[in-house]
Amino acid sequence: MITLTDQAFEPGEILTAFCAGRDETGAVASFTGLARAEKGAALILELEAYPGFTDAAIAAFAQQAKARFDLQDYRIVHRTGRIAPGEAIVFVATAAGHRRAAFEACDFLMDYLKSRAPFWKKEHGPDGERWIEPTAQDTTDAQRWD
Amino acid sequence: MARVLLFGRLADLAGWRDRMVEASSLTALRDLLATDDAELGEALAGPGVQVAVDKAIVRGEAFLAAGAEVAFLPPMSGG
Repeated sequence: MITLTDQAFEPGEILTAFCAGRDETGAVASFTGLARAEKGAALILELEAYPGFTDAAIAAFAQQAKARFDLQDYRIVHRTGRIAPGEAIVFVATAAGHRRAAFEACDFLMDYLKSRAPFWKKEHGPDGERWIEPTAQDTTDAQRWD
Repeated sequence: MARVLLFGRLADLAGWRDRMVEASSLTALRDLLATDDAELGEALAGPGVQVAVDKAIVRGEAFLAAGAEVAFLPPMSGG
């Protein structure tokens, strides 16, 4: 399941709910991304999504991940709007029979979300605002799976 | 009428993000927007800007049915 939300969320609650009632899963891996303050350079991060398009693109990619790693299930929550340092931006959990698939699928989904998912990101700092493009490292990370 | 949506830096440049425009094709729509705001017209045709009609990416020309939603998407940053 995929959720885009402009409200702060609690990653622990989502993980607990995702783990509930699984007696054939064996492994759940999760990742939580938090907004960084960049030593005061980033006061607020603003993420724009295109509802109906962004979630559909993520869902199509997550279905690929599910097939590639033989996942049983996944859960993705992504913030939009204005995000303060320390708040969770993204949460990914994957469920599989064994740990390797769960770890790798979680990593794979995060590399996609960080580099290719349809979001537009703006950083508001003390010197004004700027649009952010994926870093070279984000692109290199995503290409590991090609 | 088509509903036009701008995202990211395109919305900042234009000063709007959601507008109804009378156009029956993507080319006619681009021409109208460029006539209204030449700088925006150029940015919409710039490198890496993709177009979605009714939330599906299209390349080149497309006809716009009444009520079509046209979104101009600058390069995506990831989350």
